[in-house]
Amino acid sequence: MAHTDSHGRPIVVVTGMGVLTSLGEGQRDNWAKLTGGISGIKRISRFPLDHMRTTIAGTVDFVPADPFCAPELSQRLADRAAEEAIAEAGIGTKGNFPGPLFLALPPVEIEWPQRQALAAATGRNDGVSYADLIAVADQPQFRDTYRRFLFASVGEHLADRFGTRGNPIATSTACASGGTAIQLAVESIRAGLSDAALVVGTDASVNPESLIRFSLLSALSTRNDPPEGASRPFSKDRDGFVMAEGAGALVLESMDHALARGARILGVLAGCGERADAFHRTRSSPDGKPVIACLHAALADAGIGPEAVDYINAHGTSTPENERMEWLAVSTVFGDRAGSIPISSNKSMIGHTLTAAGTIEAVFSLLTIRNGRIPPTINYHDPDPALPVDCVPNVARDAQVSCAISNSFGFGGQNVCLVMRAEPV
Amino acid sequence: MHERDAVITGIGLISCLGEGPDAHRAALDAPGGFAPVVDGTSYAPYPVHPIVELAWDKQIPKRQDQRQMEAWQRIGTYAAGAALEHAGVKGNAELLSRTHMIVAAGGGERDAAVDAAILSGLPKAENPAAFLNERLLTDLRPTLFLAQLSNLLAGNISIVHGVVGSSRTFMGEEGAGVDAVRTAVARIRAGQGELFLVGGSHNAQRPETPMHYAMGHALLAGEFAPVRARQQGGGGMVLSALGCFLVIESRAHAEARGATAIARIAAVESDRCNRSPGAATANAQRQLAAMMPGEGAAVLSGASGVAAPTQEELAFLDGLGLPTRATATALGHSMEPSFVANLALAADAVSRGSLFAPLEPGEAAMPGTLSQALVTAWGHWRGEGMALVTKA
Repeated sequence: MAHTDSHGRPIVVVTGMGVLTSLGEGQRDNWAKLTGGISGIKRISRFPLDHMRTTIAGTVDFVPADPFCAPELSQRLADRAAEEAIAEAGIGTKGNFPGPLFLALPPVEIEWPQRQALAAATGRNDGVSYADLIAVADQPQFRDTYRRFLFASVGEHLADRFGTRGNPIATSTACASGGTAIQLAVESIRAGLSDAALVVGTDASVNPESLIRFSLLSALSTRNDPPEGASRPFSKDRDGFVMAEGAGALVLESMDHALARGARILGVLAGCGERADAFHRTRSSPDGKPVIACLHAALADAGIGPEAVDYINAHGTSTPENERMEWLAVSTVFGDRAGSIPISSNKSMIGHTLTAAGTIEAVFSLLTIRNGRIPPTINYHDPDPALPVDCVPNVARDAQVSCAISNSFGFGGQNVCLVMRAEPV
Repeated sequence: MHERDAVITGIGLISCLGEGPDAHRAALDAPGGFAPVVDGTSYAPYPVHPIVELAWDKQIPKRQDQRQMEAWQRIGTYAAGAALEHAGVKGNAELLSRTHMIVAAGGGERDAAVDAAILSGLPKAENPAAFLNERLLTDLRPTLFLAQLSNLLAGNISIVHGVVGSSRTFMGEEGAGVDAVRTAVARIRAGQGELFLVGGSHNAQRPETPMHYAMGHALLAGEFAPVRARQQGGGGMVLSALGCFLVIESRAHAEARGATAIARIAAVESDRCNRSPGAATANAQRQLAAMMPGEGAAVLSGASGVAAPTQEELAFLDGLGLPTRATATALGHSMEPSFVANLALAADAVSRGSLFAPLEPGEAAMPGTLSQALVTAWGHWRGEGMALVTKA
């Protein structure tokens, strides 16, 4: 093994990236808008908004999906992001990717249009029960619904289309899923189980019930007007996150494998940390200990100290609690330097892409390193005095970034931190 | 023997047959023959295997925690606690702080009454979309979402049992369970972790689950019959409520803390194919070649009962000439944890040195000593997995 890290493991590099968000499709379009401080958040046009407290989201409306449902659109976004990443990596041959697939996927569940179709088939106009639905479920027109709503269906499609090896792994660690999928790929390559891996994170969950579920947990911003002003991480008046859709994809390889085939190396996936939090189902430990431990674990895994970090791509959801806890953790780990390390939130522009966020924001972190330009945190006009951060307010900034951290935290006590570098240590 | 061998040191298994390996063995080897536990009426015409009655307090002491969960989470959290207890890890904060958790999960459950009320109201509503929004906003319990998210089984295990080393949830029906175990074993071998809690839960005792698989024509309708016997009538699954977790650790770690290794997971493989005839068999043949079982071997098959894959798998297994048990006859088919549950039965049987009795007339008795067990997991739709469990 020619290229190993400070722990003696194969170095894992990134050779291809793909991204699709409410800002548009592809790295070029997304990067231009992201560094231009443009928001993709808008009023929801996909379904009627009667009675909704939140009426905005970062939906992806330019990709058709028929029949429209979360797994269908999630799959189509994943297709496009993976296509871009594989093309950039120039790896394998068409439909023959030389490694496994790790997919961050939102939980799949039969949705209201499908449930209503079953109810219609019962012929009852009143008093419909699940027993009635069960009685008609074996009618042939529902066969496609069964398959579409199997959890394995999206991964199977991607594995077929891109010819990845073995059984695809679809993971959900809530809003940390994208980070978890990357970590699984890194571990696979480090363990020598594969030379390359395709990582895809996707989420297209903006439908009435999902919006309502988050709304009932008081997690969403209700600052509906103007939509692009709603997501305001680190601001004193932040009031919740904005649901959003998108997909990110990365081709990871061992450095040896990438060099042997003459691939262009876009960056190094140097370290991953994770730590579960046993405090509460939706809230983080107020002492920040799990996230602090997670950051330390990521740095240790990368074989670096906190002084090496030039930029933090924040989880930065724009909820009162997240940024309080994230700053507590960052200020504990980085000490006196914490306030001078740029820490910006892509979510101020693209919203919270949930399951996909970890992969999308990893792509943006690597673009930050490659382009020497840090995307801003927009809507930052009312600083929270409790958070003395350099959040790269409102305007992108040129800066040499050779090492970035990307944070992802999720419901269920899920925390993942990734360390990305321009060059191996 | 190698210090980085993956060994099973704890089993938490709850199903229609009872709680724990001993209760399962007793039910499987019952004098006078095994008697299936089936609820044929609740989701008619589709029978299900119901979970045994449990004192939830035993593994989930806080009522508040119990209330925050739906049944699939309670079943899984209970089984996880039982596995940790069996392994001597439960309550040991130092061990739990570095226990890595991999959970295979489907989705959470719905509020059936709310769904039914909305479906009944929608056809009469003046503005159906507005009606849907209004009813959901009013009728959904805020905490129900947390009982629906796939990763919240793991989240509840962290909260109730204090497992915080790491927490990952895999989705994808049967294959998710196989890959959860495969990932844990690979990480142990690579030195990426010493101590793992791996498993999942499934609850068929909620109407939307039989409804979903009925849409796929994947269920046995009507009278219960064992997995092989039901093939004459076109096959189909009998789904179950079941929870199973295993504590899996490196041999070195188990020995250092004085834990008893129940059995070793000598190999575990997973793959996929498009299920054209013979394709799954080809995968299984490749997997078998990587783990050739020797003397004293038997097979625990996870065949779901769905006609095409079950018949192809049983034909392949019959060709091996080993005593075989299609365990879905007894445990029902439990999707994500089905493979983990079969590993649990295999580990227990191997540690006892004997295979349990045939579950139906088409299965042969195994009078000799059992020293290893091949465990298969062909998904009812996709995914093929196999493992070899040997004496510790």
